[in-house]
Amino acid sequence: MARTDPKKDVVIVGLGWTGAIMGIELAQEGLDILALERGPDRATVPDFKYPNVIDELEYGIRFGFMQKPKNSTITVRRTDDEVAQPMRRLGSFLPGDGVGGAGIHWNGQTWRPMENEYRLRSYVEEEFGADAIPEDMTIQDWGVTAEELEPYFDRFEYMAGISGQAGNINGEIIEGGNPFEAPRSRDYPLPPLQQTVDAKMFAEAARAMGYHPFPRPAANASEAWTNEYGMQLGPCNFCGFCERYGCLNYSKSSPQTCILDALKRYPNFSYRVNSEVLRVDMAADGQTATGVTYWDEEAQEEVTQPADLVILAAYQLHNVHLMLLSGIGEPYDPQTGEGVTGKNYSYQMTGGTTLFFKDVEFNPFAGAGSVGMSIDDFAINQIDFGAEGFIGGSYITAGNTNGQPIRGIALPEGTPEWGAGWKQGIGEWYGHSMSIGSHGSCLAYRDCHLDLDPTYTDRHGRPLMRMTFDWKPNDIRMTQFMKGKIEEIAQSMTPDSWQSSFKDEGARYDIRPYQTTHNVGGSIMGTDPNASAVNRYLQAWGQHNVFVLGAGAFPQNIQYNPTGAVGALAYWAARAIREDYLPNPGPLV
Amino acid sequence: MKTFLKIMLGLIVLAAVALVAFIAIPVQRTPAQSEMPADWRPEKGQGEYAMRLADCAACHTAPDGEMFAGGRAIESPLGTIYSSNITPDDETGIGGWSLDAFRAALYDGVRPDGTHLYPAMPYENYRKLTEEDVRALYHYFTDEVEPIRNDTREADLPFPFDQRWTLRGWKWLALDEPGFRADADDPVLARGEYILEGPGHCGACHTPRNAIMAEAAVDASDEAFLTGGEIAGWTAPALRGPGSAIAGWSREDLVAIFSTGRNAHAAVNGEMQLVIRDSTQFMSEDDLAAMSAFLVGLNDGGTAPDRPGDRTGTEALIASADPDMPLGARLYIDNCNACHFADGRGADEVFPELDGNALVTAESPTGLISMILNGSELPSTPKRPYSLRMPGFADRLTDEEAAELASFVRQGWSNDAARVSADDIADLRGDADAKVE
Repeated sequence: MARTDPKKDVVIVGLGWTGAIMGIELAQEGLDILALERGPDRATVPDFKYPNVIDELEYGIRFGFMQKPKNSTITVRRTDDEVAQPMRRLGSFLPGDGVGGAGIHWNGQTWRPMENEYRLRSYVEEEFGADAIPEDMTIQDWGVTAEELEPYFDRFEYMAGISGQAGNINGEIIEGGNPFEAPRSRDYPLPPLQQTVDAKMFAEAARAMGYHPFPRPAANASEAWTNEYGMQLGPCNFCGFCERYGCLNYSKSSPQTCILDALKRYPNFSYRVNSEVLRVDMAADGQTATGVTYWDEEAQEEVTQPADLVILAAYQLHNVHLMLLSGIGEPYDPQTGEGVTGKNYSYQMTGGTTLFFKDVEFNPFAGAGSVGMSIDDFAINQIDFGAEGFIGGSYITAGNTNGQPIRGIALPEGTPEWGAGWKQGIGEWYGHSMSIGSHGSCLAYRDCHLDLDPTYTDRHGRPLMRMTFDWKPNDIRMTQFMKGKIEEIAQSMTPDSWQSSFKDEGARYDIRPYQTTHNVGGSIMGTDPNASAVNRYLQAWGQHNVFVLGAGAFPQNIQYNPTGAVGALAYWAARAIREDYLPNPGPLV
Repeated sequence: MKTFLKIMLGLIVLAAVALVAFIAIPVQRTPAQSEMPADWRPEKGQGEYAMRLADCAACHTAPDGEMFAGGRAIESPLGTIYSSNITPDDETGIGGWSLDAFRAALYDGVRPDGTHLYPAMPYENYRKLTEEDVRALYHYFTDEVEPIRNDTREADLPFPFDQRWTLRGWKWLALDEPGFRADADDPVLARGEYILEGPGHCGACHTPRNAIMAEAAVDASDEAFLTGGEIAGWTAPALRGPGSAIAGWSREDLVAIFSTGRNAHAAVNGEMQLVIRDSTQFMSEDDLAAMSAFLVGLNDGGTAPDRPGDRTGTEALIASADPDMPLGARLYIDNCNACHFADGRGADEVFPELDGNALVTAESPTGLISMILNGSELPSTPKRPYSLRMPGFADRLTDEEAAELASFVRQGWSNDAARVSADDIADLRGDADAKVE
């Protein structure tokens, strides 16, 4: 069974943050748009309604809002000489599915990259010499600058109602904000969240050591907010159920709270759920896309959906998968370094130290996904790569996101993991610990990449995508450096005890424990068609009517959570499509 | 004796003749209240706008029915009335009606065949429509609306209320002079008053009914006008006077509630959601400003009433987190506090205030109970597209718990309304989610 539906002006693959942004921006142009979402529809009520959604077992442990590996997974290996195996359970990262995508279950940390992160290769070569870059490190410039993207970050942050404190407004350093950030044109739309005890203690200790603590920029509204689309957020109540949960309180910025009801009012926009796109269809000459083919779960048939413009707005892994399956860009070959699609897959280097205080009540049940204080004194633009022997940087941070009982209780080393001893430990230590984390860069390497698996196929018969990734000495040196800095701060706070968890020399990538859902690269942007998969406007080099949004565009990972840059790039691409592409369809570069 | 019998017989005959005359002699139709050229036609969009002002859609469209094809059940204290089909269908709608016949329905509540309309049709208020609005509506419903064939049900009322001819007498008592006369010279205030009294027919719900169930007043110069009524068992709050739900609201607050269903204080609920959905969100900025100005004028110019200074009692109780606090307060923390907060003030345009909220403190707790059990969803409008939805708590609260919770919010902060009993909850639980064990 198969059918062909009437042609649309635009088809959007995926209805998360980027699909919703592009949807409403192009809907304003009057284009006839269809968004295809592989998962179910989701709304605050009933899907995130109180109290049903604050169920740690259902959503925190059993991943109720995430993709199911039986429907969608990848194969994984660490080096080219290993045989990749399918990821049969989610672990290291948690891609969402359904309307809103990962935009419903994130914590809400909304950062802007450092200025030098956009031109990392040039920056290192200029400041430290080309020799500072290891032979196997394939870092690249983005082809766009902080200054160029500033208006689009501003747009995203005001649309999403971000709570924070500016540190640099048009070059003027603002007390209490991040003095090392790239200049911004104005302050955040909302004031910072009230801080939790742990964050205040961390900030005090950091300040005493001469560092510059500032509030984490949060997509958890500190006050009621109405955005440019008339959409609304209510103030966060610190319920402590952000990451892995939809927000019950209309407080976390998401496609639902910030865009979708406004988008649904456009009669020229429609969306279909339970509709997984299988491939982008190509014209015979391969120079343009003709639309997409998707699997209509309800009708149980393949549907050919012609369209003039194809927007890939799925999660990074799925965008790259679709490109590989559809022949968008030359597949990257790690042996030759040629090809672009699947190149420079990267991840995030994190670590942390847990501090135990017998006499401090942290009240961990009051938390928010991005409440907390951070320092950027060891950010990527503050470190002498030559002196320290690595390229990269990290923000260091503390803030209580939750006090959930199954995953949220830290116990001192040596506490039994079950039985009476464990129970006693829980009674003794619940609410008496805090952590200081490092969230650091992860660079790009010749052999870290994505391609099609030669063995395994998915339920539609398509080859699975294969991830080849391992930790590299450069990034481990970075995180070990951060460990030293964090432990200094921790010791100055005189906890009863403390323990650290950072990648050590020789650490290998382990797909099982959760680390972060910050998968980037594979559809990287740039200025050279031989070195990047999409141009600086996220337009495929070879098919001018295909745009690829999301963190796949990052040529290597930044030291920050990616969503801020993902949102800004979506607005950046939307402007290019509206003002430059639509009047004159063709390559923008 | 004979004389007496003759007199009696004469009186009976006279009464019978009078009755026949009462039933059979055609009702006088109120004529046009101003002269207009016979060939007058509304400007493009004027007819539709008049329809929005008069909110014809809300009642004349069934929940899943075609626009204006009627059939919506309208609950009255006497029984259920079904709205009629006002599309220009010849057999089941108003196809072929003359302008005079159309005006008579609006002004006099009479169909072309002389049948009286129940006053669920607000002709008490529509009598104030200008001839231009009547004509605009007439052209809209005869020229612009597509005819839809849809037979609607006869009203389901007990004797003697099923005898429509008796309404003739009711109208003698109930109906005021036709036409609109402004109380103020100011054209903006006059416009606001016109919409409120006439097409907007706000008084149909927001003005109390008198002994014969007519609106106690249809003109703002009468202090009973807009002092609160009832609709489908819910209290339609007073919009002036001591219990005014909008006391202290600014013009901007009122414009916001009319155009978006939400403002810094409140969110609309119950039948008012239909008014926003079908009528006020489409009103021009000028008309919204005019209505708001007039309403502010009815409320002492928008100055806020003094809230009792000691508002900390309820807040302090909630903040104490005392495990022994009363059940109602505990339930508030567990179910309501996340959005409406310990101070009962909610958040601007998102979470309504409960302190001083007309729904919370209404004499009839029906609306509040329905809100707790079933939740509510705001209409989507261009300015505020988000259909913000409060979930229902019926599956989470027993009758006793819901009663304690409702009583707590009715008496919390500066609120001072009567308690609610578990029986009140049970009566209204209806087909809400299954009861909790």
